[in-house]
Amino acid sequence: MAVIFEKSVPGRHGVSLPDCDVPEGVEIPDTLRRRADAELPELSELDAVRHFTELSRLNFGVDTGFYPLGSCTMKYNPKALEVIAGLEGFSDLHPFLPQLRHGGMLTQGALQVMHELEHALCEIAGMDAFTLHPMAGAHGELTGMMLIAAYHRHKGNRKTEVLIPDEAHGTNPSSAAIAGYDVRPMPTDTRTGMLDVGALESMLSDNTAAIMLTNPNTLGIFNRDIEQVVEIAHRRDALVYYDGANLNAILGKFRPGDVGIDVMHVNVHKTFATPHGGGGPGAGPVGVRENLEPFLPVSRVVKRPDNTYTLDYNRPLSIGYVAPFYGNFSICLRAYAYLMLMGAQGLIEVSENAVLNANYVMNALKDVYELPYDTVCMHEFVLSARRQAEQGVHALDIAKALIDRGFHPPTVYFPLIVKEALMIEPTETESKETLDAFIAAMRAIAEQAGSDPDALRKAPRSTSVSRPDETRAAKTMDFRWDEPFREKGG
Amino acid sequence: MSYVANTAEQQVAMLKACGARSVDDFFSVIPEAARPRSFALPGPKSEMEVIERFRQIASRNYSHLTCFLGGGFYDHYIPAAVAALASRSEFYTAYTPYQPELSQGTLQAIYEYQTDICRLTGMDVANASMYDGGTALCEACQMALHATGRTRIVLDGGINPVYHKMLDSYTANLSIDFAQTDIRTGPADRAALYDALDDRTAAVIVQNPNFFGVADDVSDIVEHCRQRGILTILSVYPTALAFLKTPGEMGVDITVGEGQPLGIPLAFGGPYLGFMATTRKLVRRMPGRLVGRTADREGREAFVLTLQAREQHIRREKSTSNICTNEGLCALRAHIYLSLMGKEGFKRVAELCHAKARYAMDRLKAVSGIEVLDEHPFFNEFVVRLPMDAGEAAGVLVEQGLAPGLPLGRFYPDMTNLLLVAVTEKRTKRDIGMLAESLEAALR
Repeated sequence: MAVIFEKSVPGRHGVSLPDCDVPEGVEIPDTLRRRADAELPELSELDAVRHFTELSRLNFGVDTGFYPLGSCTMKYNPKALEVIAGLEGFSDLHPFLPQLRHGGMLTQGALQVMHELEHALCEIAGMDAFTLHPMAGAHGELTGMMLIAAYHRHKGNRKTEVLIPDEAHGTNPSSAAIAGYDVRPMPTDTRTGMLDVGALESMLSDNTAAIMLTNPNTLGIFNRDIEQVVEIAHRRDALVYYDGANLNAILGKFRPGDVGIDVMHVNVHKTFATPHGGGGPGAGPVGVRENLEPFLPVSRVVKRPDNTYTLDYNRPLSIGYVAPFYGNFSICLRAYAYLMLMGAQGLIEVSENAVLNANYVMNALKDVYELPYDTVCMHEFVLSARRQAEQGVHALDIAKALIDRGFHPPTVYFPLIVKEALMIEPTETESKETLDAFIAAMRAIAEQAGSDPDALRKAPRSTSVSRPDETRAAKTMDFRWDEPFREKGG
Repeated sequence: MSYVANTAEQQVAMLKACGARSVDDFFSVIPEAARPRSFALPGPKSEMEVIERFRQIASRNYSHLTCFLGGGFYDHYIPAAVAALASRSEFYTAYTPYQPELSQGTLQAIYEYQTDICRLTGMDVANASMYDGGTALCEACQMALHATGRTRIVLDGGINPVYHKMLDSYTANLSIDFAQTDIRTGPADRAALYDALDDRTAAVIVQNPNFFGVADDVSDIVEHCRQRGILTILSVYPTALAFLKTPGEMGVDITVGEGQPLGIPLAFGGPYLGFMATTRKLVRRMPGRLVGRTADREGREAFVLTLQAREQHIRREKSTSNICTNEGLCALRAHIYLSLMGKEGFKRVAELCHAKARYAMDRLKAVSGIEVLDEHPFFNEFVVRLPMDAGEAAGVLVEQGLAPGLPLGRFYPDMTNLLLVAVTEKRTKRDIGMLAESLEAALR
């Protein structure tokens, strides 16, 4: 469809603004002013409404259909959370207000939400303290690495490296590197799909600042050696970072803090049903054990003896500011509302059904697709399309064929340690009917890979566009309307 | 309620299909000793009860504040259609557009948003968004350090102190030198800035309008830096760009800013929107997602995430940044906002802000004891000196439901009597009159 700039008609207006009730006039010297007005589109409100409504119809969300995108926990987002986030008492609140004298008394509700959510997260994760400031999962990882660096610096430790399993999310090594650490990948035991503990022991040294773990890992397998792994790391004063990306599998079943995990983050847009927003905003609260609490970012919400709340900035060991204020408040607010809807029993049901749904789909597909690690899975599992690839149908073709059958594809080609990976995470909110339809589609595609592979390679055919030419996109570098350009000399 | 769809009977049938007797079988991999020691949480409550409870909590926040607070975060009007369109669930229940055929809506919207940012800033290329203006600035520093291979960053004294604190945190574990010129409420001190430069300097960071509201043309700084192989990073207030010389016109290398003023609620600090734009030359150094226009197999126009080789899921520890989930929905909101405002409406909002701020300055100037600090060109924010502690004066007004501005003693101990006043199109002549009168009363 046409881009919005093509729909612009000079002189058309889309908003009504109040008359100016004070003297008009711009007193900014010409030398400071832009030469020409910014060429924003000129549309009526209806023009704009139609444009964005039409765009929305070219999109597929959880509300549209089944979205088993592994590692992303695309569960249903209850509508009540949106109503709550939209309450004026929350949405109109200026973040500087509590930093003004007496301003704290005008923001008690917001401070209360932050304080109570931190406590709920501590209980869920078994950690001693949480900060809500990190604005995404990867931002939580970076904050965690900064906390670890501050901890070692405070102790006078000089440690320069972080060990990360080879199956980990790409954000893990990236976050550690950006925090200033050298990254060393640890191998996965190819028989069990779990971290190779022997390799960990031999790689660990006094130079190891931390190891980063995801449990269940990106293969959907729970590492039963976790206590041992933590103990081995602690022996060398290496801290253990826990990537909470897969928390949806273990609510009420396992708490990282109980086995001595030092730092972790939670992706509230995954586990706690806040919307994924077409690529954010999310939130990545970080939890720590007591010994790391002094290093948490400023500010901290404190409950006073008279049951009022205030912000504490006087924290000499803190790593400082990781966000301009208190994190993605209205995302955290949604997460807290979700927790209140669920209660402890509801969260346990979440994990039980997330795991049941995943095992159900895995068992129904493992005869037609290769299952590299044939064991009980947690909330997700990884198939390999190696068999189909031999017939000329790759994981990407299977993904595209699913689109024509009304499903969002799983995550493909990740984790990197599985060839032709299809990473499937059904989530707990999907019904057996939906899962059965997906299973039937996957089985039909496997069959078609033998009978008519060409048709699969042409998928999708039901969407507004077929497969875009990615090479051309990278080459022409057309990132804005009007003036496509080529990189000089590129 | 757990929003689980399957009935108990269905769960039994599914367990049977898995060869399991109960769900406990699946969790038997978790050693007994590692089981939770407690798991006590509030709830569950029904939807009706939960909404009511949050209404009560929300009522403990004061939502009728007459707000002259700014400092980088502004109370602008948001047209009704912004929320109506951004809350279409096809947008907000989708994720990162990895599958372009199912995500043309998100992808085209981001491409259009990238175009908006380029047109506002006069830069060549913008990314799909960062978390906020502060993290965007931190990422811009990383970009400059990598691009130049140097190790030092020089900050002008006029940058937002919140961002300065964020920069300090982000780089605490890295070997980067920071220098900042003296903090003063006027325009950037050229001589001091140039004195601070050396051949290890990768970039200079300036803000326009600066934290104290002063509008400037920093073309001369850009030129000076260019001759010494130093990049210029400019942090900007997008609404002010309706008037002000663009970063592109000034020749800056990297532009960043906070997109909150573009249709995003204040919401107690987030989620907000960091934007970043740069030159063609630096595009491969830029962090974050980028959407490009291409064609599908039938030659139809199509949009797709591109230049992903820069990103963490491919480059891992060698990536330009660790960002993946960004602020897509906020970028969408900003784009809807700018599309509704349009060329004229956007300028009109800026005119209203400016006229009202000028009026506020005149009214405050007329109050005995209040002094306007050196009158430099400004957009909608300026500094006044009170004859008393500005934090104390503000506190008196806050109790009456009016926040007169940001007391600068909050960040600078030698500026305890200074107040930073911001005025948006939402403030009426009456509000401004009330500001002047209440301050006058408080000073008495």
